[in-house]
Amino acid sequence: MDFGLSEEQEMLQETLRGFVGNECPTTRLRELFDAGDGHDPALWSALSEMGMAGLIVPEEHGGAGLELLDLALAGEVLGESALPGPLLGHSLASLGVLLRGSASQQSAILPGLASGEQIATIAVQESEFAWAPRDWTAKLDGDRVSGVKTIVGHAALADRMLVGLQGGELAWVDPKGGGVEIEPMNGVDRTRPFATVTFRSAPAERLEGGQGAASRLTDAAAVLLAADAFGAATRLIDLDVAYSLSREQFGQPIAQFQAIKHTIARLATDMEPSRALWWYAAYALDHLPEEASRAASLAKAHITDRATHAARESVELHGGYGFTWECEVQMWFKRIMFDRSFLGTPEQHRERCAELGGW
Amino acid sequence: MDLEYGEEYERFREAVRIFLKGWPLQGEEAELPMEEQEAIFRKRGIEAGFVYRHIPREYGGSGQPSDALEDQIIVEEFFRAGAPRDLSTQGAGMLAPTLIEFGTEEQKRRYVPPALTGEELWCQGYSEPGSGSDLASLQCQARLEGDEWVINGQKIWTSSAQRAHMMFGLFRTEPDARKHEGISYLLVPMDTPGIEVRPLREMSGGYEFNEVFFTDARIPAANIVGQRGQGWQVSRATLVHERNLIGNPFMMRDAFNDLVALARSRQRNGRPAIEDPHVRQRIAEIEGYVRTSETSNLRQLTAAKRGEMLKAMRPMMMNKIFSTDTMQRIMECAYDLLGGDGVLAPSEEELDTWGRKTTSTGWVLQYMFSLGPAIAGGASNIQLNIIGERGYGLPRDLRRSG
Repeated sequence: MDFGLSEEQEMLQETLRGFVGNECPTTRLRELFDAGDGHDPALWSALSEMGMAGLIVPEEHGGAGLELLDLALAGEVLGESALPGPLLGHSLASLGVLLRGSASQQSAILPGLASGEQIATIAVQESEFAWAPRDWTAKLDGDRVSGVKTIVGHAALADRMLVGLQGGELAWVDPKGGGVEIEPMNGVDRTRPFATVTFRSAPAERLEGGQGAASRLTDAAAVLLAADAFGAATRLIDLDVAYSLSREQFGQPIAQFQAIKHTIARLATDMEPSRALWWYAAYALDHLPEEASRAASLAKAHITDRATHAARESVELHGGYGFTWECEVQMWFKRIMFDRSFLGTPEQHRERCAELGGW
Repeated sequence: MDLEYGEEYERFREAVRIFLKGWPLQGEEAELPMEEQEAIFRKRGIEAGFVYRHIPREYGGSGQPSDALEDQIIVEEFFRAGAPRDLSTQGAGMLAPTLIEFGTEEQKRRYVPPALTGEELWCQGYSEPGSGSDLASLQCQARLEGDEWVINGQKIWTSSAQRAHMMFGLFRTEPDARKHEGISYLLVPMDTPGIEVRPLREMSGGYEFNEVFFTDARIPAANIVGQRGQGWQVSRATLVHERNLIGNPFMMRDAFNDLVALARSRQRNGRPAIEDPHVRQRIAEIEGYVRTSETSNLRQLTAAKRGEMLKAMRPMMMNKIFSTDTMQRIMECAYDLLGGDGVLAPSEEELDTWGRKTTSTGWVLQYMFSLGPAIAGGASNIQLNIIGERGYGLPRDLRRSG
C-alpha cells in the first residue's frame, strides 16, 4: 500500500512549477489575462516540447504514456499558476480518442496531438445543466454532425474538436471543414476562453472501435477541474498568508489578529486534506473502474465547492484592494468559478453520488 | 501509487482475520459479563501480537516492531469485527506510553500492566478552573516535605475521577521557576486522605466529569515521573508520537454509515428521507468530508511508512479539527432527520450507555456529545492557532504571561 507520489511524479510537478515560474510569472500572466486570448503560442510550444501536450498519449503514438493521475498532477500546477492555454480540452480530446477511437484512428490522430502541432478541444456541454453523456443530443447523420455545444474551450484556436453525440458516442471534427459556426462567449476566466459552437451538417468522423465509455471522459474532466481548483485555492491561501503578513493595521500585521489567522487556518484545513481526495479520484480513473465515477463526482463537488469558499474569503481578506481588477486574487477567483460551473455544478455531482451510491 | 497492500501484508491481514474468528466468544465464556469477555479476548490479542503493540512484553504489551501498515490493518479488521482492542482509557492511552518513555523501571512494572488491563483505572489531572487552553498557567501546588509531596489546590473537568484508582497530573512544584519549567508530573492515589471528588452535571444530563479538590493530600515523593520541573515535556511527549498524529477515520465512517441508515429508515413526505433531494444533497456534501478524511489518512500512513512524515505535517496537524467538525456535521444532519423527535431528552439508561444510534433519543445524545471533542484535548480555536502558526508561518498569538 503506497498512497503517495513517486519521485517521477514529484519531479514532473517541480519541473512544471519551475517552467511556469520562468515563462509565465505573475506579470506575464497579467498581460495574458488582460489580453483575454487565453493563449500564448510560445508558451504552448514550450509546454509541448516538455511533453505536456501528449502526457497521457501512449508512447507508440508519440506521447509520454503516463496516467490520468500524472495529468491531474500537472493540472494542479496549472491551477496554481492560472496558466492560460488549451491543455485541459486538448488532453481530454486525446483521452476521447483513446477511449473510443479505432486503432487506425488513434494512429492517425494522436501523434499530431501528442506533439502539440495540432490543438484539440472538447465540445460536450449543451446547456447550463446538460453536460453528461446521457444529455447529449448532437446527432451524426452519415458523416455529418448537427447540434449546438456550449462552453467549448479555446474553440477559435482548435484545429480539431471532439464532439459528444446522442447515445454517448463521440465524433472527430475539423472546425475549418465547413458547417461549423463559432460564436465566442464572454467568459469570466480570461485564461481559458470559450465559445458556443453550432454544427450544421458539418463533416465529421465517428470514433468507433474503442471500448471505453464516454462517461470516463466526463469523469476525467471532473477530476482535472477538481485538481485545477485545488491548485488555484492553495495559491490563494499563499496569497492570503503573504498579504496578511505585509498589511498593517492598528500598528501590527493583520495576520496577528485571530480573526485573520483563524480564517486562513480554516481555509487551509478545508483544502489541504482534500489533496488526497483528488489523488484518489485520479488514481481510480486508471485502477479502480468500479469506484471511478463516484470518486470523480465527489471530488469535483467537494473541492470546487470548498475552493469557491476559499476564493470568496480571499477577496474579503484582501479588503478593498481584493475587490479591484488590479489585485491578483481575481485571476484565481475566476479560475475557480470556471472549474466549479463547467461540466456540472456541485449540486449535480452530489446528486450523481447519491444515485451511484444507491440512495 | 498502489492501493494494493501486497502479498506480505495480505498474509498479515489473513492472520488477523483468522484470529478474529475467536470473537465473539463461544460457549461458557459467552455467558460472562461483557467486560470480562473483552478482557479475555484482549489478553489473547496481546499473546497473538495484535494488541498493545507499542508496549514491550515485560510491561504487559505485545512489543511488536513498529509498522504503520500492520497497525492500520489491525485497526481496520478489529473495527470490522467489533472486537475489543487496546483500551482507549486515560491509563492505557496516555499514562502507559508516558511511563514507557519517562518512568523508572519500578514505575513501569508497577503501573503499566494494570493500566493496560483496566484493572487499575486512571484519570487525568490537567485542567484547572483558571487554566484551560493556557494549561501551563496551572496553580495546583505540590510541595516536597521530607519524603512526601503535599498537594493543595483544584483540578476540574476530570473525567472518571469518581471511579478512578489513580490520577496522573501536572502540579506546580517549583513556584519560583518560569511557567513551563515549574511543573512536575505526579502519580496520585485517589484514596489519599485530603482528596475530594465532586461530580459536575453535563448539559447532556449525565455525570461523567468532576471537580477534584486537594487539601494537604500527601503522596510519596517517589511518585514523580521524570525530573522536577520537567512535567510539561513529559506530558507533551505522548502527543507527538506519529501513531497519535495520524487520524483514525473509522469512527467517522461508522457514524456516516449510521447516518445513511437513519435517512433510509426515517420517513419524510411519505417516502424514505434519503429520497428527499435536500437530504441527499446534505448527506453527499458530508460524504465529501468523510472521504477526504479517509484518503488523507492513507496519505499520512504512506508518509509514515516511507519515513517522510514532514511531507504530511500539514494534514496531520489538521486531523483533530477536521474530524471534530465532520462528526458535528454528521450529528447535525442526523438531528434534523429526527424532526419533532429532536425535542426528546435521553433516558437515564441511555446516559449510561452513551446513547445508541438506533433511537431518536440516542441520536439526541450523540448530537450533544459531538460538541465535546471541539473542547477537550485542545480546543478547536487553539488547533487553528497551531495550524496557522506552525503550518503556515503566521505570527504567534500575543501571550501575555510566562
